Parts: sequence; structure tokens; C-alpha cells
Amino acid sequence: MAPVDERTAEKPKLAVYKFSSCDGCQLSILNLEDELLDLVGAVEVAFFLEARRQVLPPPYDVGLVEGSISTPDEEERIQQVRRDCKFLVAIGACATSGGIQALRNWADVEAYKRTVYPEPAFLKTLETSTGIASHVFVDFELRGCPVNKDQILELVTALLIGRKPDIPTHSLCVECKRRGYPCVLVSKGEPCLGPITQTGCGALCPGLSRPCYGCFGPMEQPNISSLASWFNRLGFTPRDIKRMLRTFNGYLEPFKQASDYYEQREEPKGK
Amino acid sequence: MSNAKNPKENRKRTIRVGALARVEGEGALHLVMSGSRVEEVRLEIFEPPRFYEAFLQGRDFMEVPDITSRICGICPIAYQSASCYALEKAMGVFDQLDTPIQKLRDLIYCGEWIESHVLHMFMLHLADFLGYESAVSMARDHGGIVRRALRIKKAGNAIVELLGGRSVHPVGMCVGGFYSCPDPKDAASLLPEIKACLADMVDLTFFLAQKVTYPDFKQDYEFVALCPDDEYPMNLGRIKSNKGLDVDQQEFGEAIEERQVEHSNALFSAIRGRGAYLVGPLARLNLNYEKLHPVAADLLPKVCAAVGKNLPWDNSFLSLPARALETVHALALAAEILESYEPPSRCRIPIAPRAGYGGHGTEAPRGVCWHEYRTENDGTVSFARIIPPTAQNQMCIEQDLYEMAKQVVDLEDEGAAMRCEHLIRNYDPCISCSVHFLKFERTWHEDPAKSRS
Repeated sequence: MAPVDERTAEKPKLAVYKFSSCDGCQLSILNLEDELLDLVGAVEVAFFLEARRQVLPPPYDVGLVEGSISTPDEEERIQQVRRDCKFLVAIGACATSGGIQALRNWADVEAYKRTVYPEPAFLKTLETSTGIASHVFVDFELRGCPVNKDQILELVTALLIGRKPDIPTHSLCVECKRRGYPCVLVSKGEPCLGPITQTGCGALCPGLSRPCYGCFGPMEQPNISSLASWFNRLGFTPRDIKRMLRTFNGYLEPFKQASDYYEQREEPKGK
Repeated sequence: MSNAKNPKENRKRTIRVGALARVEGEGALHLVMSGSRVEEVRLEIFEPPRFYEAFLQGRDFMEVPDITSRICGICPIAYQSASCYALEKAMGVFDQLDTPIQKLRDLIYCGEWIESHVLHMFMLHLADFLGYESAVSMARDHGGIVRRALRIKKAGNAIVELLGGRSVHPVGMCVGGFYSCPDPKDAASLLPEIKACLADMVDLTFFLAQKVTYPDFKQDYEFVALCPDDEYPMNLGRIKSNKGLDVDQQEFGEAIEERQVEHSNALFSAIRGRGAYLVGPLARLNLNYEKLHPVAADLLPKVCAAVGKNLPWDNSFLSLPARALETVHALALAAEILESYEPPSRCRIPIAPRAGYGGHGTEAPRGVCWHEYRTENDGTVSFARIIPPTAQNQMCIEQDLYEMAKQVVDLEDEGAAMRCEHLIRNYDPCISCSVHFLKFERTWHEDPAKSRS
């Protein structure tokens, strides 16, 4: 293995970890094409298996964790990751909410195993998929499915110069109005989750004239019941509303609580 | 991993690489050798299962492409397009998809091929050929190459963003077409950069063909790819092989079988009654080279001459120049589509939900990604099955490793592990996708007191 370059010995060490996930948030880091070579110049990439073979020994100054905890092995591994990192950041919907794979938390995992695999007994998996903060103390969380690469850059820049990252927590509507997009809920009568979803994506869906589906998770103190009553007036059933809330951040409060509420109000369906 | 030992001794040794680097997802490699004889090869996939096929049941059909996209952050378009086509068949609108929608589907897929291929070639794979541990180290000596590659990768992402808003889990494609179509001004503004990148990619393809040494390696592969009549494969076409497979899209699920083994969370795919097959750039190129875009077709004989091998390429190490040629093809095709782009009269076919069945595969950067769905009257999904490319290549990778293990008998463990890892990366394995895929392990079985496995 190549020796550590002397010029890089003093730089802060960055570690990037993967747990249960799609690799999309790590890819968002590699998608910083214009800034990538400057970034690897400013920090020592000490642990980032998707990008490099070389592994430097801990401790690391900053650890970015992608993915949720869904296996017994991951449950143990995250404890060591916490011990190895001074500042630990959960990045993306899986790490902050359990991700889409947290849909198992409402289901019978054994039935799930039988649905997908002929030999379910070979699998070692937990009953639930949960975010990192459910297992260890997390210093900061970055939302999004996937995270916004500019928010990654803001986070790393802020940490390098020692200030708080500037990550807004207000609703998507603010961003949407700023951009002057027509409201898809008001003008088209489509069920947009923008009013209860945290900003960060750049109002992509309304920009393509489709309703927001909540991939950045709940904003600070969302009024879910008010929005749901509007959806109800548009003809959407409690079952529809439950389903809309249970996607990539479904297991994150208060989306979780609200989806449970609408589940109880579901009309018994033919099936 | 243990120290180098004299491999001539007739001992049993196991080599294990516990966590493979520069692959997407988590896997390991396990080799057991007895002297110069290879006893066991295992590609272990410990990427956790996420049970997509299970929780897709009960979802609305319109939600499916947004959900399956999350199987893989590297190739979300592959999952979205396969989901969309399969569900368009289920909803009975597949035949109504008109040319402008198909062209936009090809355009966004070109973006993903460019982004994914360049990421793999220059950030993950080239370091193996040039002897670096990563592109980060490689950039110190080859900064210019890395910078040019990053620029092309960015152009690929820009194409995906034009149609989908963002490059990871884009939001533009839907069952029936697209939510909205790009503004011609935005499409036109991309064109100069795509053309500049095309010229540069042609140049980089010569670099890869002329300056990189490809190890000798040969296997009798069954290559499987979409084979449309009149274009290089991407979204449409019958599924064929060089050994007689020739099926309609819907029949592919019946033509193969999926097997589960204890050491992997990915299901192994095999052609019924035959066995291992290979999907991806080599399969596509070998079966469809005469349909490459003229810019890439012109390059092909020169690349063959430079690497010293005419088609068919039966050496998995040649997947690197195959990816380069496909990147040229995708850039040239994207430029062509952008140049002639006019906003279509409709970007979406209206759909009335119905009970139905549809199966369809498209060419992900790593190979055929095949989906099938059943729906109920109100459009609720009642059954889903997804066959990702890396699961299909898993058996081929193990067979390649078996062959490679024989060639590395005389190497110490570190060197042997590097060669095997390099071979695995030939397949650009996407482990996140296939789990529903990997670790390198080689243990020395000898004096137990000295064993360090």
C-alpha cells in the first residue's frame, strides 16, 4: 500500500461509510465534479471504500454515514464507527429515517423474506430498518433521497472552517414560490407534499409540473392534518394519504405518526 | 490476509478480501487453494437485503419508477425505464408510445451511460491497469486525464438533469412518458458541451486502447443483450445471445432461473438448462457492434488494432475499451437527439388503470435490467420481480475468478488479491442493485499456530 503523502499528513481526515442503501448519496459526493479535486486536496480521504482501496487508521475528524441499520452486523458496526469519528454526520434519507427499506417496519419481515428469497433462512436481517440516530449519537443530519450535493459541500466547508452548516429547515413551498412555479396543488389539484416537506432539492418536482413526493422528509412542525384534509377534498382516501407519507422518509416523525393515523381510518378494501 | 508463502508447497491456502473497494455496494471474495489447485471460489455478497419486490406489492403503479429508482443510485434510469416499459405493457399503452417519447427515453439513458461508464472507467477501474490504489492517487500523476473524465461525467449528469431535474434519483420519467418535456433553449444550450465532450472522449478512447495493457484472459462466455433490429441496444428489442437464446422481452423471465446460495444475498441467474451468461458492455458490443453510431463505428477497427484483438472480445478485461466505445456512442447519439429536438405535442400517454401483466428489460450500463409486474383493477401492484444485471453476472464472475485463481498461484496473497479484485471490477459490479451482491477472502490453511486468516 502506498505510504501516506507527507504533504497531506496535517489535513483533517474524512471517512465515508455505507450501510443499507443504494450508494446514491456517496455518488452525490463523486458528482461534485468541479469541486472534487479541490475537496480531496483540502481533506485526507482516509476511508471511502467506494472510491479508494487505501484505508488510513482511525480516528477520523469527520465521518459521513450513508444508509440505514438493517442487519445485526450493521448494528454492531455503527458503534465502532461512532468511536472512530469525532464528528459524525448521517447523510440521506436512509441514514436519517431508515429509508424506503423501513417499509418492513410495518410488515412481517419473515413474509418479506419468503416473498423475495427461496431460502429465507440464509438471510441475517433485523425486524426493522432505522436511521443512525436510533443507535448512536449523531452530530448532524443531512436530509434527502438523495442528499443535495451542494448541501454536502456546504457541510464540509462549514466543518473545515469551524462554523455551523447553513441548512434551511423550512418548507419546500418557500423555494417553489421564490422560483415562481405555479402551485401544482392549487392550479392542478394534484396532491403535492411541498407544504409539509423540508426544502433542499431545489423544488425539482413542481419545476417539472409534478407534485412533490417528500424525498427530503418532514419540515419543522408540519401541519399534516390540514394538508390531508385538502387532499381529502380532492378525492384522495386515507389509504392514499397513508401511502404518500410512507415512502423514503416514512418512518421519520411526524410522517410516521400521521401515516399510522390514516391507516386506522382506511376503508376496508376489497383485498 | 497472511504473508507471502511459497506456493509451490502442496499446502491449502485461503485468500479472503473482506471488503471490496471501488465497487458499488458491499461484497467479499473467498478463494480456497490446495497447492496449485483451486478448490473453491466464492463471491460473497453481504449487501443487506432491502426487499423491494415485497414492499412494491400494494403500491400504486405510478409510484413504482420512483421507488425502483432507489435500488441503485448509480443507475436509477435503468430501473425507472424498465419499470415504466413493463408497466406500460401492463396498462396496455406500450404500443402508443410515440417516437418523440422514445427519443427522450434514449436521451436520458445516454446521460446515464455516460455518467456511469466514465465514473467506472476513470474513477474506479483505470487505477487497476495503471497500478494505483485509487483515482485519488492516480490524479497526482494523471491529473489531466482525471479532469477531462470528470468533465465528461458532468456532461452525462447534465443530460439526466435536463430531463429529470437531478442526476441521482431523477424525477422526470413516469409510466406513460415524462411529466414534462425540456425547453428547446435548455436542450440547445447543452449541445456545444456534449459535442466538445464527444471529441475529447474519442481522444480518451485512443488513450485507453493504446496506453493501457490488457491482460491475456479468455473464457467461452454466453453473451446476452437486447438486440433491436435497427439500433444499438438501450431501451427496446428482443433478448438474444451468441449461443441461441432468442426470446421476446416478456419471455425472458421464463428463459432464466434464479438460484439462491448461502454465501450471497443476491440471487444467481442462469439460463435454464445451460448456466452462466454475461450481460453488459461486452455482450452488447459483441452482439450489436454493427449498429454503433457512425462516430463509434469508425473508431472500432482502430481500437481493435490497438488492443490487438478483433471482435468478438472474449476477455472480460476488454470491458474497459468496450465501455469507452459505448460512451462515444452515447455522446454521439445524445448530440444527434439534442440537435433535432423539438418539443413533442404530448410528453405523456394518458393511462386508465387496469389489471394487467408486463415484463420488460432495458440495458443498464452493467447489462440487462429486467422487471415484471402484475396489477389489480385500480392499478395497485400485486406482484413484482426484478432481475438486476450484477445478479446475472455473478456466476460469470465466479467462473472468471476460478480461471484467474489458477493464474495467480505463484503470487503472494496481496498480489493475488489485487489481480482478483481487478477482475471483479471488470464487471463494474453494482452490489446495491443485485441485492436483492461481494468480499475477497483467501485463507492459508497450514500450521494452525501460524495461521492468520
